[in-house]
Amino acid sequence: MIYAVISLAVLGAAFGIVLGVAQKKFAVEVDPRIEAILEVLPGANCGGCGYPGCNGYAEAIIAGTAPINMCAPGKEEIQKQIAAVMGVEAAETTVRKVAQLLCNGGRDRAAFNYEYEGIQDCHVAATMFKGPKACSFGCIGLGSCVKSCPFKAIVMGPAQLPVVDDDLCMGCSACVNDCPQHVLKLVEVSHLVHVRCSNKEKGKIAKDACTVACIKCKICEKNCPEGAISVVADAEGGSIAVIDYTKCTNCGICVEKCPTKAIEKSLPLATECAQNKDITTGQKPSSCQQCGLCH
Amino acid sequence: MREMIIIIISAVLINNIVLSQFLGICPFLGVSKKLSSAIGMGVAVIFVLTLSSLLTWLVQVFILDKLGIGYLQTIAFILIIAALVQFVEMVMKKNTPDLYKALGIYLPLITTNCAVLGVAIINIQKSYTVMQTLANSFGNGVGFTLALILFAGIRERLEEADIPESLDGLPIALITAALMSISFLGFTGLL
Repeated sequence: MIYAVISLAVLGAAFGIVLGVAQKKFAVEVDPRIEAILEVLPGANCGGCGYPGCNGYAEAIIAGTAPINMCAPGKEEIQKQIAAVMGVEAAETTVRKVAQLLCNGGRDRAAFNYEYEGIQDCHVAATMFKGPKACSFGCIGLGSCVKSCPFKAIVMGPAQLPVVDDDLCMGCSACVNDCPQHVLKLVEVSHLVHVRCSNKEKGKIAKDACTVACIKCKICEKNCPEGAISVVADAEGGSIAVIDYTKCTNCGICVEKCPTKAIEKSLPLATECAQNKDITTGQKPSSCQQCGLCH
Repeated sequence: MREMIIIIISAVLINNIVLSQFLGICPFLGVSKKLSSAIGMGVAVIFVLTLSSLLTWLVQVFILDKLGIGYLQTIAFILIIAALVQFVEMVMKKNTPDLYKALGIYLPLITTNCAVLGVAIINIQKSYTVMQTLANSFGNGVGFTLALILFAGIRERLEEADIPESLDGLPIALITAALMSISFLGFTGLL
């Protein structure tokens, strides 16, 4: 009995001492700022910054290889806190970006080549003639982006097209990178007019595939007062209307003129706000009276 | 030498720690979703298993047996394994940061891996010599890694497969583990 107590106590004490000494002897100096930054970061590990998780980003900031404004979900608030940890001024405010779907060809509008009944995943469907839709450029609509979104900001709409919630989207680009058709794009939240078509085929072919396709008529190009929209040809001979967001003023003339309604003006937060003229920041104005028009 | 090889082959294939003795099922199911993490976990287990078996053998022979307190085996071994894993983690963090990064998160998991304790106790029960202990523990570590890697490979493929909804996830993994276990019974007559 006494042996048992003594020997266990000795074993325990011996290991305790060994571990205690080892702790001191093998202490690795970890920059305490890494811990501090990790606490500030959202911890979603979305990878939007391009580093492996929040930990990787924190280490990169300390190593001096990453700027402090890379965290899209964190927005300015977190950038300021990181700046406080690092003892530097916050860089110019990051512009919030949200994912936009450059396709409007839902089940009701797009023509189908075949009915897909395989594994419900866009990547798998994309291997079969670029998906079941006649348009090989468009959204396949099986919701791979919904699964990829770490913030649950994307839901499948009624027409089997993903709908991005502007309020929830953090602009991490997880869905943009995941989409096999590349029909999702990050656009600054202040831009409301989007060409919701990615079909680069000639007008007739595009129109046959989908009722809301861009038919390259150039009417938008001729009507834009700012010269912000133009039909751009790519290296492979295809072309599509593209908006230069640096020039676009959200006037919406192209939306009205587009014969196929391929261009759409989205109505995010506060576009119809009766109180506020400056709706471009995407933030609720201080004069908000909760009228509910914006939603 | 011949005896060592027999012990190792027996530990890897015939008495596979996971698939025949059903020890270490928790990490077997938990860390087998990705091949890369399965390899990391497997290597860490081989390392810790061999080292801890040596230490527990020494403590058993030179302390517990000498004092006639063999009944303290379980608690003493748990103490040793927990302390050893902590110690190894610290040393690795300091001296081989790359290895630490590769095995880092798996090392603390091993503390609670019953395979490590199981092998340490089996070594004593079979009254192995120190060399036999080393061979047996190393073999068991390799056996664990083999089972884990095979299982992870299968599970990666199962991810893509069209599985009935009620079986999706862990149920199909358990069925797969059972089938693997049955197939490993085929090694019984090997030696």
